[in-house]
Amino acid sequence: MVRFLLTRIATAIPTLFLVSVTVFALMRAIPGDPAALMLGDLAQPGQLEALRAEMGLDQPIIVQYLYWLGDVLSGDFGRSIATRQPVLPLMLDRFSVSATIVLVAVFFATLIAVPAGMFAAWRQNRAGDIAVIATSTLLLSIPSFWLGLMLLLIFGLQLGWLPVVGYVPFSRDFGSALLYIILPVVTLVLVESGSITRMARASTIEVARLEYITHARAKGLSEATVMWRHAFKNAFAPTLTLIGLVLGSLLANIAVIETVFTIPGLGRLLVDGIYARDYPVVQGCMLFTAFLYVVVNLLVDLLYPLLDPRVTA
Amino acid sequence: MIARAFGLPALRFNGLIGVLVVGLLLLVAVFGPWLAPYDPLKLDLMARFQGPSAAHLLGADEFGRDLLSRLIHGARTSAWIAFATVVFAIVFGTVLGVLAGFLRGWTDRILMMVNDALLAFPGLLLALGFMAVFGASRNGIIVALGIAYMPVAVRVVRGTVLSIREREFVEASRVIGNSGVVTMLRHVLPNCLAPIMVLATTMFGWVVLSESALSFLGLGVPPPAPSWGNMLSTGRPYINQAPYIIILPGLCISITLLGVNLLGDAVRDWLDPKMQD
Repeated sequence: MVRFLLTRIATAIPTLFLVSVTVFALMRAIPGDPAALMLGDLAQPGQLEALRAEMGLDQPIIVQYLYWLGDVLSGDFGRSIATRQPVLPLMLDRFSVSATIVLVAVFFATLIAVPAGMFAAWRQNRAGDIAVIATSTLLLSIPSFWLGLMLLLIFGLQLGWLPVVGYVPFSRDFGSALLYIILPVVTLVLVESGSITRMARASTIEVARLEYITHARAKGLSEATVMWRHAFKNAFAPTLTLIGLVLGSLLANIAVIETVFTIPGLGRLLVDGIYARDYPVVQGCMLFTAFLYVVVNLLVDLLYPLLDPRVTA
Repeated sequence: MIARAFGLPALRFNGLIGVLVVGLLLLVAVFGPWLAPYDPLKLDLMARFQGPSAAHLLGADEFGRDLLSRLIHGARTSAWIAFATVVFAIVFGTVLGVLAGFLRGWTDRILMMVNDALLAFPGLLLALGFMAVFGASRNGIIVALGIAYMPVAVRVVRGTVLSIREREFVEASRVIGNSGVVTMLRHVLPNCLAPIMVLATTMFGWVVLSESALSFLGLGVPPPAPSWGNMLSTGRPYINQAPYIIILPGLCISITLLGVNLLGDAVRDWLDPKMQD
């Protein structure tokens, strides 16, 4: 088991290395001199040279990369050009907002979509199945940002039940935090349950064909026991992979939801950084989000043998 | 059944809807300039926030621009960007995938290393990074989304090539003295077409969604040129005053995605019977 864990973790290291190279290369491909950008228009000629030397921009590109990587590994992501704040605490602060919304949304989406998909598989090709499939295909086709705007229009503006924009941390006021988080979470739950339902249905159908399920039924076990005790365990593993992918990609796609509801999350930090050409922020957010994506997928991999006994540790 | 007997796909209801929606989108995209009643950029401040009327069938937006004309031109933008992006991603993805799968060895290892690095990013994140490099523009989106989705194509094509190259007919082609290039083009590539078509259809939907998301974020099609995504973004402040400015572009995106998803399922069922339930 320990050996399995260590091998899997070790395979993530080259991926993370390549991710860091890609992010670094992308940032260096942005037109314009970062030092000139930092100084603004009022720079004296000597000042520019000094800052370039200080930032290491006069070094060969590989040396620059190694310096940067060293800084990142020691937790130094540089400072924002716009606000002069260090990037890492800024990102962590914003990340706590995004993570709350994403985790709550994925939790509820799983809670609704997995049973829905299994139910559809159980009623395959009958009315219940067709209703679930139709709903999930419809949900899959609605862009999250538009659904968010529609919910905001109906429940926020027309009915006035929920606050329209903004975010309150749970640590400050639990009640109003809950109110502010409802619309973004419901939007994401609706949108993401479409794909999870379809996956849960497909993998349950796959498993339900296997002989051990027929055997379990032949033993006279009730349908509920067959589905939950026998089908669920094997059907859930592929769905878990998808949930991992959803969780990871939501961290990148969250920017649109944060834009709809004006939430100060990590996605918004990245997009605002792109507008402002605040390249340390953009670089930090991209690296941080990609890192999370790799780690989430790694965790799913590590959970796999626990759920699917056929994958041996 | 009859259609099956003639080797045609038995288009079920869903597939038919998908074909109709995507067909309609392409027609509107191609003939848009002749269909649109107004210039999508023409300002008419007297008509600001005017609801649907005989003059403006779907109403007018915050600058009095005709909404129907803007939606039609938006369809053109979305369809063109999605088409060009899918072609970009599929063509380059296929070339690299075939090279990796057919040559194997170091070519394969290096290509896959780079590919895996790109796959380690969620699609939209990579596209955002590229938009930071290119700046918001039409061609920028095509290249950014093209590069972001290309690794998926590389992976699918390489996997297919690896399984096909072991088959007897490929071996036979080599035995009768065909060169590697001929074998690859005549025997391996044609057999990759089914998975490539399934992927291309699915990818079309991803790109329509991603482009509208980028445009909504202000990092896609720059206004005033209409795209469904940037119409949502520029109309957002007026959501309470004139909800239809927001409702209609979103409906267009949703209907398009629904059509593409249904078509994608149909194409997959048709070309890949194994995937059918």
